[in-house]
Amino acid sequence: MTNRKHLRETPRKVTPQIVRPYGDTTGDGMVQMSFTLPLPHDKRAEGAALQLAKKMGMDPALVVHAKPIGPDFTFFVVYGSSNHLVDLSQVHVQEREFPLLTPKEVNVAVKRGLRRPLVVVGACIGTDAHTVGIDAILNIKGFAGEKGLEYYSEITVVNLGAQVLVPELVAKARAAHADAVLVSQVVTQKDAHIHNVSQMTAAFREAYPAGKVPLLVAGGPRFEDGSAERLGVDRIFGRGTTPGEVASYLVHAIVPPATPRKKAS
Amino acid sequence: MSTTPLIYLDASQVRQARSLARRAGAPVVKLAKAHTTVSVERATLRLAGLTGADHEGQPWVNHLVDAVRGQVGLEHGVTTPVFDALRAGAAPDLLTLAQQSAAGSVTFRLPEGRDLKATQRAARTAVARGIRTIDAQRAVRDRLIRRHGDPKQTPWIYLIVATGDIDEDIPQAQAAAREGADVIAVIRSTGQSLLDFVPEGATHEGFAGTYATQENFRLMRAALDETSREVGRYVRLTNYASGLCMPEIATLAGLERLDMMLNDSMYGILFRDINPIRTFVDQRFSRQIHARAGIIINTGEDNYLTTADAVDAAHTVTVSQLLNEYFAKEAGLEDWQLGLGHAFEINPEVPESFRLELAHALLARTLFPDAPLKWMPPTKHMTGDVFRGYLLDGFFNLAGTMTGQGILLVGMMTEAVVTPFLSDRDLALQNVRYVLDAAGGLREDFHPPRDGFIQTRSRHVLGEAVDLLDRIATDGLLDAIADGTFGLMKRPADHGKGLDGVIVRAPDYDNPAVTLLETGATR
Repeated sequence: MTNRKHLRETPRKVTPQIVRPYGDTTGDGMVQMSFTLPLPHDKRAEGAALQLAKKMGMDPALVVHAKPIGPDFTFFVVYGSSNHLVDLSQVHVQEREFPLLTPKEVNVAVKRGLRRPLVVVGACIGTDAHTVGIDAILNIKGFAGEKGLEYYSEITVVNLGAQVLVPELVAKARAAHADAVLVSQVVTQKDAHIHNVSQMTAAFREAYPAGKVPLLVAGGPRFEDGSAERLGVDRIFGRGTTPGEVASYLVHAIVPPATPRKKAS
Repeated sequence: MSTTPLIYLDASQVRQARSLARRAGAPVVKLAKAHTTVSVERATLRLAGLTGADHEGQPWVNHLVDAVRGQVGLEHGVTTPVFDALRAGAAPDLLTLAQQSAAGSVTFRLPEGRDLKATQRAARTAVARGIRTIDAQRAVRDRLIRRHGDPKQTPWIYLIVATGDIDEDIPQAQAAAREGADVIAVIRSTGQSLLDFVPEGATHEGFAGTYATQENFRLMRAALDETSREVGRYVRLTNYASGLCMPEIATLAGLERLDMMLNDSMYGILFRDINPIRTFVDQRFSRQIHARAGIIINTGEDNYLTTADAVDAAHTVTVSQLLNEYFAKEAGLEDWQLGLGHAFEINPEVPESFRLELAHALLARTLFPDAPLKWMPPTKHMTGDVFRGYLLDGFFNLAGTMTGQGILLVGMMTEAVVTPFLSDRDLALQNVRYVLDAAGGLREDFHPPRDGFIQTRSRHVLGEAVDLLDRIATDGLLDAIADGTFGLMKRPADHGKGLDGVIVRAPDYDNPAVTLLETGATR
């Protein structure tokens, strides 16, 4: 952890260790929830909805809306006070382990550290056809007002697009002398994202000599925090990741003299 | 559905746009006519009645086409060697022949002279039976529409069902039709576009969708026929003629009376990295089938806006619509069959985004007055905030009805979050119904002034489209695709999946399906 500046920005109001949801008054615990029960709409169905809400910790709970969907289902909106408390000392999240750099700083760091462009190969692998994620990071168009990696003069981007087969990805990565491989996985039905990424990391480890595997990065909205090691990738990026974050991470992980690269093996 | 246009476009500029589209498209049509593909040949065998698959699920049409290709090549068409073998008594029927060829016990040859003539006649007789089935299904559709009627309102309400399991899809589709859906689309399993064969039978496992198979088509159409009777309107069924098996899936759709097919001229190239020539050859054949079957095609321009910016790239949608129109008409489709696509994808943070959407939607409406335009909901700016998404879908519905769109794909507030819950679909339909009931006639009162923001923007986009078409017509469409003109993706003509399934036609190439489709003959 070389840079902790981002952890302490402006001094904020001291937050208590224990919090509850906020409706319109501190401590009221108010939440809303909607769901469907496979029951025809009647008094019993509403009672069933209340029972569910209570079991989920909403007490008192109020069914504010119940509407039949066809003859066999009922849709509910429930408001109520949650009797659960959140203990902030028990909340664990992954903090960003690298400093955020501007595109210019990234280019300078690559130029000084690598003395050649940093090569990034990106793809949606397996059956996934949703290029939204990888395109947001790679395409010059970018995401959230930040230009994509194609915009960086010292980063060479090879975007293979959608439904790339793993052997093809490995071959292209080798041919391009990739420093990093970015894969995006949006489709998560039946854990396709986990399956695909594990398959990819295995293929890379097989194809490269130990210690020479390019940096493997997976991105997508449904990866669990902290699952990188289990999947065999170096880093996972989740929903809302911007190109700048990815570029900064690549510099942190690849370009010397940053901290020695942690390898998943 | 055309009335007096709501915006004024320069007629000579519109003519110029169409003539540029023709100039850009004509060389590609020429290319398509000079090639065949493994999938076109397999589709031809399907028309001749060959169905089924081996115990590993490999279809017999694949076995037979591969065997012929291995022995005598496909440049003369698959039917000539196949029907020559049948005439020579190698097997009693196509299925047995395919089975024997898979075992390697059939020798194919290229007949000549009188043998050739007789073989071609036999092939034509067999394939014509398939074509007549398609004709008969079209007549059945016409009869059912007369009996049950079309939807009372436009736009038609189009809803997607996708569980992966046809047995789950059917009750969901029927429920959706009862709740007001006019068109049911069964979205395909995500990997299917890159399979070089069509799976067989009823399927129960798919990723984010259900496999398109002949049996799944038949089951769903039968279920919706039942529901059409019940709700008193003909409920249409949609699937996807795209990917490596586009010609075969189009053929199966014609045989099983599907009513609409997703069928874009460039989607496979840009978004699936399928070889451009493969796509254009397959495309032309599948569109000829759709034309014959009375199927409405839906094009995929919405996809460009999910990768490029919806304001900056608005004209690429117009360009693609004009190209899709050219390719469609060249293949024999009529205006009422052109569900040209476009989408509500402008970033809601952009000032005047709704007015820009209206301008773009009106441009499409005015350029293609007789086409049932397909209006696609927001996806790119659905953030996971379902409440905001619901509002955005409401504005999408409003734009759809104000600008007279033909087919409205119902937007889900859970887009990009989960596959829609039962309740999401119900809420989405309530949203559509509220807007159509509350503002269905608003188009009558909506006359944007000629020098106002909306009309000016429409004409500006048309101008940009003409400029781009001019460049494409000069450089060549294949080069434009290779350079990343559409959706920012670069796709060279000598790359992409399925390239090895493209074959240059020999001078004596014969395909009775192509002949019957081009001449309109039934025998």
